Amino acid sequence: MENLRHRLTRPSVESKQEFSGKIVSYVAIILIGGLVGTILVFLTLKGIALFTGNHYSLWQFLVGRNWSPSQHLFGALPMIATSFSVTVLSGIVALPLALVVAIAITEILPSTTYKFFQPVIELLVGIPSVVYGYVGLTVIVPFLRRFFGGTGFGILAATCVLFLMILPTMTSMTIDSFKAVPKQYRNASAGLGATRWQTISRVIIPSARSGILTAMVFGMARAFGEALAVQMVIGNTTVMPTGLMHSAATLTSVLTTGIGNTVMGTISNNALWSLALILLVMSLAFNLLMRLVSRKGAK
Amino acid sequence: MKKLIISIALIAVACWLGGSWALAKQQSAQDKVTIVGSTALQPLAEAVVNDYQHYHPYTSIIVQGGGSGTGLSQVQEGAVNIGSADIFADQQDGIDAHKLNDNIVAVSGIAPVVNEQLGIKNLTMVQLRQIFTGQIRNWKEVGGPDLPITVINRAHGSGTRVAFEQSVLKPGMHAINAQEQDSNGTVKEIVHNTPGAISYIAFAYLNDQVQAVNIDGVAATAENVTTNKWKLWSYEHMYTQKQPSKATAKFIKYMQSKKVQKSLVNAARYISIHDMKVEKTPDGKVTERK
Amino acid sequence: MRPERIDRLATIIILTLTGMVGLILLALLAYLLLSGLPHISWHFLTSSAESFKSGGGIRDQLFNSLYLVVLTLLVSIPLALCAAIYLSEYAPDNRWTSFLRLAIEVLSSLPSVVIGLFGYLIFVLQWGLDFSLLAGALSLTILNLPILTRACEDALRQVPYLQRQAGLGLGMSKWHVTTKIVLPAALPGIITGAILSAGRIFGEAAALIYTAGQSSPAISYTDWNPFSPTSFLNPLRPAETLAVHIWKVNSEGLVPDARAVSNGSVAVLILTILIFNLLARYIGYLIKRRLVK
Repeated sequence: MENLRHRLTRPSVESKQEFSGKIVSYVAIILIGGLVGTILVFLTLKGIALFTGNHYSLWQFLVGRNWSPSQHLFGALPMIATSFSVTVLSGIVALPLALVVAIAITEILPSTTYKFFQPVIELLVGIPSVVYGYVGLTVIVPFLRRFFGGTGFGILAATCVLFLMILPTMTSMTIDSFKAVPKQYRNASAGLGATRWQTISRVIIPSARSGILTAMVFGMARAFGEALAVQMVIGNTTVMPTGLMHSAATLTSVLTTGIGNTVMGTISNNALWSLALILLVMSLAFNLLMRLVSRKGAK
Repeated sequence: MKKLIISIALIAVACWLGGSWALAKQQSAQDKVTIVGSTALQPLAEAVVNDYQHYHPYTSIIVQGGGSGTGLSQVQEGAVNIGSADIFADQQDGIDAHKLNDNIVAVSGIAPVVNEQLGIKNLTMVQLRQIFTGQIRNWKEVGGPDLPITVINRAHGSGTRVAFEQSVLKPGMHAINAQEQDSNGTVKEIVHNTPGAISYIAFAYLNDQVQAVNIDGVAATAENVTTNKWKLWSYEHMYTQKQPSKATAKFIKYMQSKKVQKSLVNAARYISIHDMKVEKTPDGKVTERK
Repeated sequence: MRPERIDRLATIIILTLTGMVGLILLALLAYLLLSGLPHISWHFLTSSAESFKSGGGIRDQLFNSLYLVVLTLLVSIPLALCAAIYLSEYAPDNRWTSFLRLAIEVLSSLPSVVIGLFGYLIFVLQWGLDFSLLAGALSLTILNLPILTRACEDALRQVPYLQRQAGLGLGMSKWHVTTKIVLPAALPGIITGAILSAGRIFGEAAALIYTAGQSSPAISYTDWNPFSPTSFLNPLRPAETLAVHIWKVNSEGLVPDARAVSNGSVAVLILTILIFNLLARYIGYLIKRRLVK
């Protein structure tokens, strides 16, 4: 009796497997969560060293306009402003075009176009940013110089390069969100006698809105964090951006040019880590924005 | 059947890994030297290392870039054996130069370069200073075409910039807030592509894409550097800790040897340390070499 | 205006703009390929790079790139797959789960420079891995995890719920159902996702400059002992990848034919990603066909 009871109540092979499987997947997710946590804590600690260790004022850092490491002046406002303007500009230029291409591919052109288009996008996403930078330096900058005068380096050039970089990603994400719109919507709209454009503008775009916005924010987040390509065309002058054709510097370009030339633990090095922290905080903000947008769309 | 194949494959991989590990343990331990630092010095260091390993196959030498600042801070912490730098340790914030051994392994000339369509071939030192401090802003003021000057500076803290400003600017002067680039190659590309651009690069990177400028009628040649007639030059250093490992010392000795200096150093268009007739202190004083 | 006319006008505008965008993107690809293809030769692919003489190749860089992709996938696929199984099969729909998702998405928007610097300080210095393939692979894993987890999760979710119910009805454990029924069905999607993410890490440079390093010491392709320092299989040796090589040649390259080397490398890189792409599609197709049978 006792034996039978034991046999009936002891864990079966299946439940043992279930247990170990659960453990494996829990460990993986905890590892990833831990990794994110470590990165956040680590970068925060590094980033606030300028204020806690070197007692540089946070206010001075955020609104100061003079970035001059040799005089120990670390005003990051010019870089923050430039990073923002470049990101927003490239996002604004890329969004309508991504939208238009997505509409054409999902609603107008035959489906074979998509089969051809998808690998092209994958290729463009895989091209290293240095290459985009080089194309910018040898093609876009001289082009802008011929048309607008000046040196050609500056915010506009950086916008063009970033636009090229984020367009493929944004387009493919927009296409995905259009494809997610149920076929019935289209049929219903057509059944009511709507033209194709009416269907697109009144039915499809509104129902794919959150996906489109997500694509835009995602593209902008990528533009915000891009370093090597921007550095080659923006001119790296740490001044407040005053015009599209003036050279300026972004957070990432100052970070990458400076990090190798400073010594760990010095005030100049800490200031660069603070720039990295700003980048991190901003990409967090982009992410929260993205979730907010998609949650609103889901309602 | 499937399971059998998989287990055989697994056993084979395990045997291979275990066997190789055992084999690797039997091999005599290799001397390891790690060089980190100046990206500009990296190609030369790599070439010398390749050459050195022909003679000393049991020393493994690893060359990495990362920048002079990185190199110096790592060698100070003892994380690497050699920190290469194109700047004196004394000039770098946060480095205690007394704790390090300075080994000069090459001399690099620095030449001002302009876009080749400008037709500018000569500038005086005063003009150069005024251009880089922003007092002269158009090429016509120095005898060129009516074209605004685009100054391209090197990244703050880079060895080339420190050496350039030490020789060209007066103490207390600051260069104008201009474009900054951190590598010789990019600077060359930008000067080549931008009419009216001026910058400065190491001799090793000079080619027909850009026009090197004479200063006060003196040409940017290796010979003029050795006598300090050409004032824009700097040392390439390999810093070690006070007591470097045997393999490290041996490699540096090789790097400084007449043979390497004559062949590889010259081939990379650096200037041999044995040719120098003058020497420079960290604060920029130049004296006759004994 | 009548709706039909607006419709036609809109269609024309949309198609013109699409044509323009397509033209720009294709022109970019064509420009890169055309300027690079003439420099690709057997010699270029099979000889090692030169420091300051012309005529160098990209053998080691190409191999390093491929090897690094393999190493990265070895680390990231198990992690991403297990995490995706958790998210799609086990995760309750609560705050904790949505927080986890947020965390993974934060990873995906981290600038690669920041990841590179993090990898440098933690993997290279703290863990003492030095500049090595392993440190590079770990940094790339950080970069790769979010995309891969997303791809795996999507693939798992696309398996119809009926199949799971059938398994559960037979008394199988959830884990058993997942590994024996759901996973095989989701395999084509997972493999495609993995290979496509490989394309992205193949072109990554900023995260590698400070982790896998910028130089390739001489390696021997006959030494199959992964623990020997000169072996091409040793994961602890520093390695310059193709993308990093392009960056280095452009910034501090001393070789006279820097332009040619860089253009050629770019073309090789694009072609490799193209091959990845075709491979992903082909393998996905093969597996699908086998499953249908």
